[in-house]
Amino acid sequence: MRAPTIDPRRMPGYHRGRRVALQVGLTAIAVSWLVPVVSAFYASFRSYRGDSLKNGVFSLPERLSFDNYVDAWNRGNIGRAFGNTLFILVPALILTLFFASLVAFACTRFSWRFNVFFLVLFTAGNLMPQQVAFQPLFQIYKRIPWPDILSDTNTGYLLGTKISVVLIHVAFQTGFCAFVLSNYMKTIPKEITEAALVDGASVSRQYFQIILPLTRPALAALGTLLFTWLYNDFFWGSVLLTQADQRPVTSSILVLNGQYTTDYNLIAAASVMIALPTIAVFIALQKHFVGGLTLGSNKG
Amino acid sequence: MSSDTTTRPVTAAPPAGRRKYRVLSGGDRLWLKFAVGVPAALHIGLVWIPSILTAILSFASWDNLRPISTVEAVGFRNYWQILTIFDINLFPALFNNLVLIVWLFVCSAGGMFFAYLLDKNIRGSRIYQSVFYLPVVLSSAVVGFIWKSVMFSKDQGLLNKVIPGASVDYLGDSSKMFEFQLPFMDFSLGLSKNFFAILVAMAWRHIGYIMILYLAGLKAVDPSLREAASIDGCTEWQAFRQVVFPALKPINVVVAVITIIEALRAFDIIATLGTQRGTEVIGTLVVSSLTGEGGGRTGIGSAYGMLLFLLCIGFIIYYLINNFKNTDAT
Repeated sequence: MRAPTIDPRRMPGYHRGRRVALQVGLTAIAVSWLVPVVSAFYASFRSYRGDSLKNGVFSLPERLSFDNYVDAWNRGNIGRAFGNTLFILVPALILTLFFASLVAFACTRFSWRFNVFFLVLFTAGNLMPQQVAFQPLFQIYKRIPWPDILSDTNTGYLLGTKISVVLIHVAFQTGFCAFVLSNYMKTIPKEITEAALVDGASVSRQYFQIILPLTRPALAALGTLLFTWLYNDFFWGSVLLTQADQRPVTSSILVLNGQYTTDYNLIAAASVMIALPTIAVFIALQKHFVGGLTLGSNKG
Repeated sequence: MSSDTTTRPVTAAPPAGRRKYRVLSGGDRLWLKFAVGVPAALHIGLVWIPSILTAILSFASWDNLRPISTVEAVGFRNYWQILTIFDINLFPALFNNLVLIVWLFVCSAGGMFFAYLLDKNIRGSRIYQSVFYLPVVLSSAVVGFIWKSVMFSKDQGLLNKVIPGASVDYLGDSSKMFEFQLPFMDFSLGLSKNFFAILVAMAWRHIGYIMILYLAGLKAVDPSLREAASIDGCTEWQAFRQVVFPALKPINVVVAVITIIEALRAFDIIATLGTQRGTEVIGTLVVSSLTGEGGGRTGIGSAYGMLLFLLCIGFIIYYLINNFKNTDAT
C-alpha cells in the first residue's frame, strides 16, 4: 500500500541533531502519556487510607495486594456487569455487521431509486447526537410490552431490558458501518457479481458466497472497532437501564461514583478491571483497530 | 439538502444498473427489499422517529411520568424559557461547548503534529503510536475514572503533586479561572477550574484519536512531493504548509467535522467527572432535565435537544455533501 519510502535524509529539514532531539522529546511525551494509566495501575494494588494517603503516591508500597480488586468486584457487582456486557455486546456486534453489510451490498451492487438516499440517511443518523433521540425512545420503549420471561426484569415492558440497548446500538451503529462497508464494496469489481448473475446465482448467493468473503478484511476491522465502541458505551447503558443490576460494566461504574467512595485506589482498581478487555483486544488486534478507524475517514 | 439527496440517486443511477435490477427475479427482489428494509426500519424507527418526536415535544409541555394525553402544545414557550428563566444554565453550557470546540481544535492540531513527527520513519515509531493510541480504546467513562482517581484528587492527585502552590480540588472547585460579563446578562461567563480539569482528560483521549486519522492520511501523501519540495529548497515549515497540509485536505475536513460534533455532543466524560456546577454542556443539560432529580421537564429537555441538533446539523450536512459528492464521482 505504502508508496516507496524515500531516504529520510532527503526530506525537507533533515538534520541529525534535530532527529536526536525529536527522539528525546517524543520519549518524554510518551512517558507522560502513560502516567495516568501506570499510576492508576500502581495505585490499584495499594491500600488508600493505610498506604497511599499516609506515605504519598510516589512512595514505595508497604504492601501490594488484590484487596481493592476484590472490594470493587463485590461492591460494584462487576461480575454480573461483565455478564450483562457480553449479553449486549455479542448480539449487537453480530447484528450490526450483518445488517450493515446487507445494506451496503444492496446499495452498492444494485442501482435502484433510493440507494444513495438510504446511505445518506444512515450516515446522518449515526452522526446525530444521541441525546436528541433519547427522550422519545425512552417513552417508546416504556410503551412496548415485553414478556418478562424474555428478560430478567419484572416490568413487563421493553424499557430497562438489555435487549432495548442491543436494539438502539444496532440502529445507531448500522449507520456508520453501512457507510464504511459501502465504500469498501465499491472497490470490488462489478464484473465479479455480474458473472455470477449470468451464471444464474441468486442475489442471496452473491451476497453470502462472493461479496461477504471478499469483505472480510473490512468486517474484521469494523468488528474490532465496534467491539471497543459497544463495550465502551456509557450513555445508553446508563440512561436506558434504570435498574443497576442490568447495566453493562462501563455504566456500572457509576455505582462506585457515589459519595461514599472517596477511596480512590478502589476506583482505580475498578477502572483497571473495566479497561482490561479493551486493552487486551487493542494489543491483540491493533492493526484492525487502526484500520477500522481510518476506513471511516478515507474513502474507497 | 433534502431535495439535493433525493434527486441525486435518480441522476446517479446509470441506466445499465437500473436494467440490472429489473432483470432480477421476484424472489431476488424480495430478498433485496428485506436486506434494506429491516435495517432501515430499525434505524428510522429508533433514531429518526424519536428525533422528530423530540422536535415536536420541544413545542409542548409534558411531565414525562404522566400519560401522553396530558401533552399540551405551548408554541415557542420552552425556547423562550431556556433563553430567559434557564439562561443561567443555558449560556454557561453554551460557553463551555464553545470552549470545548476551541480546545479540541487545539488538540486536533496537536494530534496532527504528533502524526507528522511519527511519520518521519523514526526509530520506535510503532511503540510511540501504541502509547498515544492507548487512551483511544478506553471508554470516556473509564478515562474519567482514571483521571479522577489518580490525577485530580485534592490530597493525592498527581496534578497537585506536580504543580506547585496550594492544592486544588480539581473536580470540586467551580471557581472561574477567568470570567467576563456580557451586558445583557446578570451573571458572568468563564472557564471554571473543574471544567478545565475535564478538558485535560479529554485532550488525552482526543489527541491520539486524531493522530490515527492523520497518520493514515500522511501515508497516502506521495513522498516524492516532499522530496521535490526539499530539492526546491523549502524549509520544513514551508514544505508542510505549502505541500503536505494542502494534500491532507480530505482528512482535514473529516477531522474538523468530527472535532466539532464531538465537542457539541460531549457527554460521557463530563457525566462521570462533572458532578459540580460549572461543568454543564448542552449534552448534559438535555439529560438532566429529563431524568434524575430535575427530571420530568420534557418540553425543556426537548428544546435543549433541538438546540443541540440545530448546532450540529449544519456540520453534519457539510460532511455528507463533502462525502457523497466525492463517492458519486468515483
